[in-house]
Amino acid sequence: MFDVRKRGGIAALLAGAALAFGGAAQAQETFKVGIVTFLSGQAAQSFGVPAWDGGKVLIEAFNNGTAPAPYDKKGFGGMEIVPVVIDEAGGATVQVQEYRNLVQRENVDVVVGYVSSGDCLAIAPVAEELKKFTILYDCGTPRIFEDASYEYVFRTAAHATQDNVGLARYLKAKGVEVSTYAGINQDYAWGHDSWADFTAAMKQVYPEATVSAELFPAFGAGQYGTEISALLQARPDLIHSSLWGGDNQALILQGLPRGLFQRSQVVFSAGDHAMPPLGANYPEGVIVGARGAYGYMAPDTELNRWWTKLYMDAYNVIPVQAPYRMAQALTGLKLAVEKAMEANGGKKPTSEELAAAMKNFSWESPAGLIEMTNGGGHQAIQPIAFGRSMKNDAGEVVLGDIVRFPARCVNPPADMKGIDWINAGFPGAQCD
Amino acid sequence: MDLVLTIILDGLIYASWLFIVALGLTLVFGVLRILNFAHGGIYALGSYAAVIVTPFFAGFGLPDWFSIVSMFIAAMAVAIVLAPLIERGLLRFFYGRDEVLILLITYSVFLMLEDATKLIFGVNPYYLFEPRNVLGNVEIGSLYYVGYDLALGGLAVICGAGVWFGLRRTRIGKVTLAVIAEPEVAQAMGVNIARIYLLAFGVGVFLAALGGAFTAPLISVQPGNSVSVIIVSFAVVIIGGLGSIPGAAVGALIVGLARSFAVYEFPEAEIFIIYLVMVAVLIFRPEGLFTPVKARKI
Amino acid sequence: MIRVFGLAALGAVLAIVAGALAPAWLVFTMTKAIAFGLVALGIVGLMRGGLVSFGQGLYYCAGAYVSGLLAARFGVSEAALLLLIGAVTGAAAAALVSPLIARYRGIFFAMLTMALSMVLYGVLAKATPIGGTDGFNVPRPSFGGWTPGPESADLALYVVAVVFAAVAAALCRLYYDSGPGLVALAARENELRVEYLGASVFTVTQRNFILAGGLAGLGGALNGMALGHVDPFFSYWTTSGEVVFIAILGGYASAVAVFGAALIVELVRSFSGQYFPESWQLFLGIFLLLVIIFLPRGFGSLWAKRATGAKGAGE
Repeated sequence: MFDVRKRGGIAALLAGAALAFGGAAQAQETFKVGIVTFLSGQAAQSFGVPAWDGGKVLIEAFNNGTAPAPYDKKGFGGMEIVPVVIDEAGGATVQVQEYRNLVQRENVDVVVGYVSSGDCLAIAPVAEELKKFTILYDCGTPRIFEDASYEYVFRTAAHATQDNVGLARYLKAKGVEVSTYAGINQDYAWGHDSWADFTAAMKQVYPEATVSAELFPAFGAGQYGTEISALLQARPDLIHSSLWGGDNQALILQGLPRGLFQRSQVVFSAGDHAMPPLGANYPEGVIVGARGAYGYMAPDTELNRWWTKLYMDAYNVIPVQAPYRMAQALTGLKLAVEKAMEANGGKKPTSEELAAAMKNFSWESPAGLIEMTNGGGHQAIQPIAFGRSMKNDAGEVVLGDIVRFPARCVNPPADMKGIDWINAGFPGAQCD
Repeated sequence: MDLVLTIILDGLIYASWLFIVALGLTLVFGVLRILNFAHGGIYALGSYAAVIVTPFFAGFGLPDWFSIVSMFIAAMAVAIVLAPLIERGLLRFFYGRDEVLILLITYSVFLMLEDATKLIFGVNPYYLFEPRNVLGNVEIGSLYYVGYDLALGGLAVICGAGVWFGLRRTRIGKVTLAVIAEPEVAQAMGVNIARIYLLAFGVGVFLAALGGAFTAPLISVQPGNSVSVIIVSFAVVIIGGLGSIPGAAVGALIVGLARSFAVYEFPEAEIFIIYLVMVAVLIFRPEGLFTPVKARKI
Repeated sequence: MIRVFGLAALGAVLAIVAGALAPAWLVFTMTKAIAFGLVALGIVGLMRGGLVSFGQGLYYCAGAYVSGLLAARFGVSEAALLLLIGAVTGAAAAALVSPLIARYRGIFFAMLTMALSMVLYGVLAKATPIGGTDGFNVPRPSFGGWTPGPESADLALYVVAVVFAAVAAALCRLYYDSGPGLVALAARENELRVEYLGASVFTVTQRNFILAGGLAGLGGALNGMALGHVDPFFSYWTTSGEVVFIAILGGYASAVAVFGAALIVELVRSFSGQYFPESWQLFLGIFLLLVIIFLPRGFGSLWAKRATGAKGAGE
């Protein structure tokens, strides 16, 4: 599939300098992983940089063979892991080009990346065309495998349906009374999809509740005074928000002194990553999701203890959703590579062999069992947890009141679209 | 009635913030004929300066209200470091060139500032809590407002009046007006144009940094805060008329109120309301609201 | 005229040979560079009249969306047809806007065009049925009924792109050197004199603006096909800004230089992103600055100094 090699000697001579970047044969003992995530812009602080921080220490531990079983083999099945990192900034146009450069110029063996849903949607068909095994590690839109099917593309994290289904279930489980609710979500696909999922789930779980305000501030607006006034005036029982990163923190900082968190129960569907930086200044009593059982809500397993210690020793802060999502991609990839090598007699696996190994695969990640059951075996489902912010004995604001939902309680069955499943009243959900 | 009051009040608070940021932009354009793209980067740097400088002074045991003063100091520090660097070190070589070319130069300065800021401060967020607690809360109607947010209106008036007074009532200000009107004649009369340019640019940088500094307590100070600021402040000065201070004030009011109105009544239009206003104004007043018609060159 | 088309044909053949020999990633980057180069070529036309549009994203995006929707929803797959549709869409949108926009000058022209493109961005971001901010995927095109496999698809599209670019560049060259085209240069120097001489600056501006819109629509349709994806960011101000930069880099003296400039910008951005993932903006900024300082009239000025006789018009 590498055109460079196919076109043979004369072309190589003529293309000269250009080929220097792409033509060299790889040494057998290394495995090149292209990693794409936000290193600049608004998503850098909340998602991209912590994700890559997590990836860095994990890859180091894999290469040194210091991870616990079943991750204790050096590298990927003995091959040293060599990461090539790219900034995800610049939009889908730039990312398609950089993806091609990673595959065709840098000759990476796999690509792991993409936080933005728009980037994921654009990359998936390109990956398919280039026949390159690719893991989408973070993005949330259900459209990837609901609107198309792919052979080489996998997503090792559950899509966004579970975030809001789980949230509605948590409210019910905790007996939160909701007769009116409002939403403040960013004005782009993520915000609109989150709000649509949440209102649909609320119709099922709280059929009596009504919407009293729906606000869609621009992405990166930074100033929420007007929105906060509107929310204060609407006086809903509950305020739903999928704001993340700097926007989420700005809403907290601006809303806190104005009594937003006293007047209504606020729920942040994906707001866990704002807790460590805000520390003791984080408001208490907020219901917080993390898009999985991550950070404060992660299961107490040997693997998670090891991973949390690894991350905290390096960065002195608790890992939140972004590093966990990177970790569940890299742990899955490692096992898939080694499984494929078992099947092919120990050679470096091809993209086809990797895809075969990853399809319908399941593995224990620090955040619990990841199962590639949906999207024809290409889309993961995973457990999710929610909690409420509260002070612990040391005076730090952490998450308590944690409820964990099994993967099949909050994710649609393999043959259903997320939103249809919600509207049908969650048929086939297994909640215990 | 309560709703109308809220819309106006929220719009005014937002307009105050817009005006502080846009004022520097319009001043720099008025004097130097430069639409400064790096304004947003300087704004972001002002936020960082505030979160560094304020705790530094607080460390001396100064009272809480001093945190407001220290934000002025932070903005001043940014201006003293950056203004000579950018204006003397770079921009002065391009005076008289195409406006769009200079716009691109300031765009590359913006790109460099963006990464330089990241390299210096990292990506982890910084916060500034003290200043916002100084002025307490105010209850208006059924809503709580933070005194600090309302005081931004006062700051906007001080900044606007300060620049206005500086230009109209001081000697150097009047010289600056002469430079705006006829740079070559002013130079022939013995005005040190370089000094005027540096001063005007310095004030512009100071105002951008001040806007950033006073926004710091409202936000998480981290990479990526600079981009959205540029475009809204561009819109404000274009609506008002480039180079016009009353124009910037009126532009800020229009944009602030339009946005506030949209949030309540047409939340789905918020994303492009600013641009709609800009298009609407430019259709009827091609050079913005407050720009006098210039004679065409022959 | 024969000379211009001969040169264009020669250039196209050379570009196609280069494409056939280049590695796959470079072919893709060159296709993308041609698309941006086409948009920049339109801006060059405006620059000759002393105007710079910061909102070419609007026509670029319109071309990409209309041709992309026809391909994705209505099964139109012929590359050349889709490119023409993109160009017509861009030109039509520009024609619609041009009576309004042609009155403006300088920074107001730049800012009004930008505001209009941001309105389109806002509208498309709201258009959930066609993907909202996430946009939608565009299927691979066919070429005269032939649908190439993945190995040759990039090259096939590149060849079509080169042909379109060569024709566009040749036509622009002819137009620029024609009487009506040269009025733009005169208008850049002094509009009032042009009016006194009996030519209409308004008409010249309008004509150049529609031409620029058509080229932008063509570039948008091409990029939509090459990337396999379109989204509202095609109309975002950063997209328009990037193309303006390419146009300045290419310079208004040469119709060909913009394509080289586009390729250089793409390569610089890509390699700095590769080797300095944490600080590529810094390097890009320094690069932009160096080019402006040392080649203030663009790469084109390196070889087109003698060609147009309109020297020093920038100052």
